[in-house]
Amino acid sequence: MSNSFSLGRLFSIGNLFIKGGFSHGVHPPHHKEQTEDLPIQRVPFMKRYVMPLGQHIGIPAEAIVKVGDRVQRGELIAKPKGFISTALHSPVTGTISDVGMHRYVDGSFRMAIEIEADPYATQQFPHAQSSIDVGDMDVGQFIESVQMSGIVGMGGAAFPSHVKYSIPEEQEITDLLVNGAECEPYLTNDHRLMVERPEAVLLGCEILRHQLSAKRVAIGVEKNKPESISQLKKYLTDDMAIDIVPLEVKYPQGAEKMLIKSIYDKELPAGKLPRDIGIAVNNVGTIVALADYFEHGMPLIERIVTLAGPGVHEPANLIVPIGTPIRDVLDFAGGLKDETREVISGGPMMGSPIADLDAPILKGTSGILAFTEKETSRPSEYPCIRCARCLEACPYFLNPSRLALLGKARLFDDMQEKYNVMDCVECGACTYACPSNIPIVQHIRTAKDNLRNRKTSQ
Amino acid sequence: MKNKDPKLLLQSAPLLHQELTTPAAMKDVWIALFPATCAALWFFGLSALLIIIASIAGAVLTEWVFTDKEKRRFALSDTSAGLTGLLLGLTLPSGLPLWMAFLGGSVSIGLGKVIWGGLGANIFNPALLGRAFLLGTFPIAMTTWGPAGGPGEFFQIHSSNLALPFMQGHYDALSTATPLGLMKFEHQGTELVSLFMGNTAGSIGETSSLFLLLGGLFLLIRRSIDWRIPVAIFSTAALFSLIMLLTSSAESTTSYPSPFFTLFSGGLLLGTFFMATDPVTSPLTPKGCWIFGIGVGFLVVLIRLYGGLPEGMLYAILLMNAATPLIDRYTQPKIFGR
Repeated sequence: MSNSFSLGRLFSIGNLFIKGGFSHGVHPPHHKEQTEDLPIQRVPFMKRYVMPLGQHIGIPAEAIVKVGDRVQRGELIAKPKGFISTALHSPVTGTISDVGMHRYVDGSFRMAIEIEADPYATQQFPHAQSSIDVGDMDVGQFIESVQMSGIVGMGGAAFPSHVKYSIPEEQEITDLLVNGAECEPYLTNDHRLMVERPEAVLLGCEILRHQLSAKRVAIGVEKNKPESISQLKKYLTDDMAIDIVPLEVKYPQGAEKMLIKSIYDKELPAGKLPRDIGIAVNNVGTIVALADYFEHGMPLIERIVTLAGPGVHEPANLIVPIGTPIRDVLDFAGGLKDETREVISGGPMMGSPIADLDAPILKGTSGILAFTEKETSRPSEYPCIRCARCLEACPYFLNPSRLALLGKARLFDDMQEKYNVMDCVECGACTYACPSNIPIVQHIRTAKDNLRNRKTSQ
Repeated sequence: MKNKDPKLLLQSAPLLHQELTTPAAMKDVWIALFPATCAALWFFGLSALLIIIASIAGAVLTEWVFTDKEKRRFALSDTSAGLTGLLLGLTLPSGLPLWMAFLGGSVSIGLGKVIWGGLGANIFNPALLGRAFLLGTFPIAMTTWGPAGGPGEFFQIHSSNLALPFMQGHYDALSTATPLGLMKFEHQGTELVSLFMGNTAGSIGETSSLFLLLGGLFLLIRRSIDWRIPVAIFSTAALFSLIMLLTSSAESTTSYPSPFFTLFSGGLLLGTFFMATDPVTSPLTPKGCWIFGIGVGFLVVLIRLYGGLPEGMLYAILLMNAATPLIDRYTQPKIFGR
């Protein structure tokens, strides 16, 4: 929410005239100029890789290798345990040096497989070019295949993709929605992917559309990425049932429910999944991972990471093997500046702080951002003056002002019963908009954690 | 930097914040009040200046005295206490003894704000609460209006201004009627041009509609206040007084003013732009703001027409302030997808 004058914003009726946009939201500066024109580069192979077994939502995978085993790049090293779990593949050719507890990004220790890279290996992907014939697969085979590919949601949530594609029999998917909004400031990994590999994006769309028997595909891209839009349009042919939809630049345009509202003008009912209204939502990164898997047989062993923020010496968009220690990636880009105070995984609005730079890049790591004193120093917190800017920011029409007040008083039950705190997706728009610098989202997270823990302990 | 980690902070997202801060929002209100304050000095001279200084001093000193030692600097740094003092000052008549203005500022902050828990916790607008106290305690001093002068009389101070503490003071040649008083008791109108420019009797900051509108417009453009409240108050007050005017019978003893007179006389503009829109004491929800504004517009016309006093803005706002928590409860926005 800027202070600049505009009649439409003044009376908040602008949304009435834009068909299908979502109401509320904020306009943070997008800061993408730092990396949006930097082509994707590959980082060289490092010495040591750490693959946490549980880097996706759900049950951690089960290691099938032991110390001393020699593994090829792309070889299965852990198999899914249960349905909501996914496979893990070695990002390098090398030797398993440990299966045990290793540092995770949040500072805790988690079960992980450590691989010592073979310095003399060519690190070529052994099965390159051997595509998997997706045309003959039935739905069951497709889902199993995706599970064994290790593919998860690449936008940051890291939810196993095959679970999303398992549609109950009574339901039907009519639309595949591909999320290329990339509304988080600083991040440009999805943008570069669309610019440099539009054919892979479109191919992945067609594969998935075919498998889900969806009628149409819509790729939503925020208007501040004109190059992405034009590149996709350039490779789009008439026989593809794909629409490229430019979206208003507004945070959180890339949130699932907002995206559905913007593109289909449908309000996803609270507690429902997109598939309940016939829509499957996937990130462009996930779509390209699918294309790579079915076209080249390459499982999810690397991803694109945006390295940016005022604290890095050389901002970049990098292809990073999953499991690479964050420190090595940073060093490749000239290291951190002395004035760096905080390193974030993901975007500045919803990302999480990194506690230990020795932790690895995960399947869901879309960006590594370094921030200095200027961004991290919080001006003093003032009392809430009920200015209602948070209400105007919240795209879910919650009452963040009230929630923060109740959260401070630890009245968690009231927060849910009267103000539906569980509907909050923690996008941070309220906290961005608050002139009193109240950490509203933190109060909400505390409340949600408490309510969830109470539920599970009962 | 290769081997040494900086000490990493673990502050949770979002790391980005928009630039406006609460003290900056207060600064906007100071700027918006500047034209009206200048008009007050122009028409009421040094008396107005002294009254404003006295009420600001009362407000700021009270905040200083009643705040914890460690929090004092911080509490005063948002300038909200001084702002309350200025707002109260602008609602006072020019002949008021200075000690009353000081006491009013003190009550505004003491009983209007600090006692509730400080900034953001009060239910009633502090400045108006202070004014209600003064009006109840010193009804004569609070309803004896000095005439609007010009810059030529800038240095003439009313002798009543300088009354000793707890003395009433002599109201020399002071008994001009305000436009609202003329309308109510003498059934006389006032020219719209005078109402607009401000050379009428009245509270020092309320007379000049033009300068108040300038300030209000500034706040609207800066999005410092919710546009719904002024729109609701103006349209309701205008519409309601028009209906009353059209349906009145000729032999009625009440005089019904035109909608324009309603809008531009008395404290309606000052109250609308600077007090009714006080975010702390007005509803949070958009729907609530409409209800609040309509309520104020309706009550102010009703009180002006049938109340004992010619002006009704003070009680209209205070009554709606009292209703605000209830309005908020029943106007929660419809949650996305529910």
